[in-house]
Amino acid sequence: MKKKDKSLIFEMSVPGRKAVTLPDCDVPYTDISNLIPGKFIRETEAELPEVSEVDAVRHYTRLSQMNYGVDSGFYPLGSCTMKYNPKVNEDMANLDGFAKVHPYQPEETVQGCLELLYETDRMLSEITGMDRVSLQPAAGAHGEMTGLMIIKAYHENRGDFKRKKIIVPDSAHGTNPASAAITGFDVSEVKSDERGGVDIEALKSLMNDEVAGLMLTNPNTLGLFEENIVKIAEVVHAAGGLLYYDGANANAIVGISRPGDMGFDVVHLNLHKTFSTPHGGGGPGSGPVGVKKDLIPFLPEPVIEKNESGYYLDYNRPLSIGKVRSFYGNFGVVVKAYAYICSLGANGFKDVAQTSVLNANYIMHKLKEYYKLPYDRICMHEVVFSGQKQKDMGASTLDIAKRLLDYGYHPPTIYFPLIVKEALMIEPTETESKETLDEFIDAMIKISEEIKEEPEKVKGAPYTTSVLRLDEAKAARDPKLIHTQ
Amino acid sequence: MKTVEGLKYSKEHEWVKVDGNKAYIGITDHAQNSLGEIVFVELPETGAELNSGDVLGVVESVKAASDVYTPVSGVVAEVNEELEESPEKINEAPYESWIAVLELSDLSELDKLLDAGEYEKYCKEEA
Repeated sequence: MKKKDKSLIFEMSVPGRKAVTLPDCDVPYTDISNLIPGKFIRETEAELPEVSEVDAVRHYTRLSQMNYGVDSGFYPLGSCTMKYNPKVNEDMANLDGFAKVHPYQPEETVQGCLELLYETDRMLSEITGMDRVSLQPAAGAHGEMTGLMIIKAYHENRGDFKRKKIIVPDSAHGTNPASAAITGFDVSEVKSDERGGVDIEALKSLMNDEVAGLMLTNPNTLGLFEENIVKIAEVVHAAGGLLYYDGANANAIVGISRPGDMGFDVVHLNLHKTFSTPHGGGGPGSGPVGVKKDLIPFLPEPVIEKNESGYYLDYNRPLSIGKVRSFYGNFGVVVKAYAYICSLGANGFKDVAQTSVLNANYIMHKLKEYYKLPYDRICMHEVVFSGQKQKDMGASTLDIAKRLLDYGYHPPTIYFPLIVKEALMIEPTETESKETLDEFIDAMIKISEEIKEEPEKVKGAPYTTSVLRLDEAKAARDPKLIHTQ
Repeated sequence: MKTVEGLKYSKEHEWVKVDGNKAYIGITDHAQNSLGEIVFVELPETGAELNSGDVLGVVESVKAASDVYTPVSGVVAEVNEELEESPEKINEAPYESWIAVLELSDLSELDKLLDAGEYEKYCKEEA
């Protein structure tokens, strides 16, 4: 049975077996060579699996049962905000008026869709303290690239071509330096201080007239609030740079404080994190970018505008960075986020932030006697432990993560942020009950005890999953990317 | 954590083996141990002129991709192409698996580096 669980659909194939038998063709038969030029017709038969309908259904049902998601259990993946996705969002996105429209339909026939985009821009602008939001970027890193292109266009439009540098903290998400590099910037790293925030003196020494901006996550990837954010913004602005807010951790502050009020000029949000749209498995994501007034002309086109005859797509934007995605972004995802915002309202968002912070601090206090806590201060929506004590006893953070699978959990983020050795980054989110948190805490305590008593057992985990410990190094060094018969 | 007497060490966890005005540069046992199993090594271009602190290459493990900095300035004379095929050599024998050889432009930079004892002490303090 075990072997069958793992089999590919190709391995179940039997020549001639079919799921569907098509009825006789009721239009005149034409050979394919009359319809498609010969050079496009394949010469060998496609190697497709030949299975019955029930084989296909069982195969994919089995695969879906091997999957793990927020609908199956607790998923404390730090920096990813794997909160529950309310099903009412799906109902709204499936309404015919949203789901059955075509992107080339005339504007006057999709006024409701345009209004929804326009209103979502207004609501996200209010939530972030920005003046305008583009809903085009398809996910977080795409939002980063879009935001950085806007920063670049802003400086160049002022006739300032010297600003080639983007500063990122050493605790930054890996996407920050990657997005800066792909947008053509040089990346400089600023160190963190002993409290886990940006080292202001180090930042000052890096600032000059070649710096285009600073990318920052607040709270940062240690789950800590940048206490000096106003000072940081002053330092960057005084040298002519702009501040970019990576919204990956916005769940901790939403409804309470706003990046725009902290001094940020450009913001991206992850609708698939903070705004409860599906995350993982391809999402798809959505990474809206908000800007302050001076940057509006550079937003990607089109921008939704409104005049006396209704809503329209404005392409007449000479300073725009251009299109960053086909059509209008991941529209269905925006509908889900809109539904979420409307269901929560302003006070609801405050609850989201407060409960997500409370839940993370609860875990921090319950586990800090078992796991090393490198920055022992009140955390925001996530807490970063170090598995160093356990590593010294013979089982590393990777082993702890693998062992959590046996207890039925998706492991937390591990080995990130890079400035914490053996990092274990836990983000419970606000949608989990105290009972769920207590069960997880118990599992973590049990694992720490197992490591004391028999580290070898933890090192061999997992034992209960459909595939056991994978050889990740071999998979990366010697990947098998295609199936061969 | 292993060190080898006679090599120079940087606080960024690189080792330097000096041979005349040439320097072999690799990453330390401590570095490979923290990174975990290395799956990819990006080498510099031969002939590249590097200042101390510049990126010499990248080592990527299952956990993270990390820049390797050259602790000394010079021109890249040779690169260890074997690591492209067998990056695991860095895990197996870190002090034999040099990444590149630099033709040194400033021998006095070597004085700023640590010896084996000083480096071990530094790693302990860092932990």
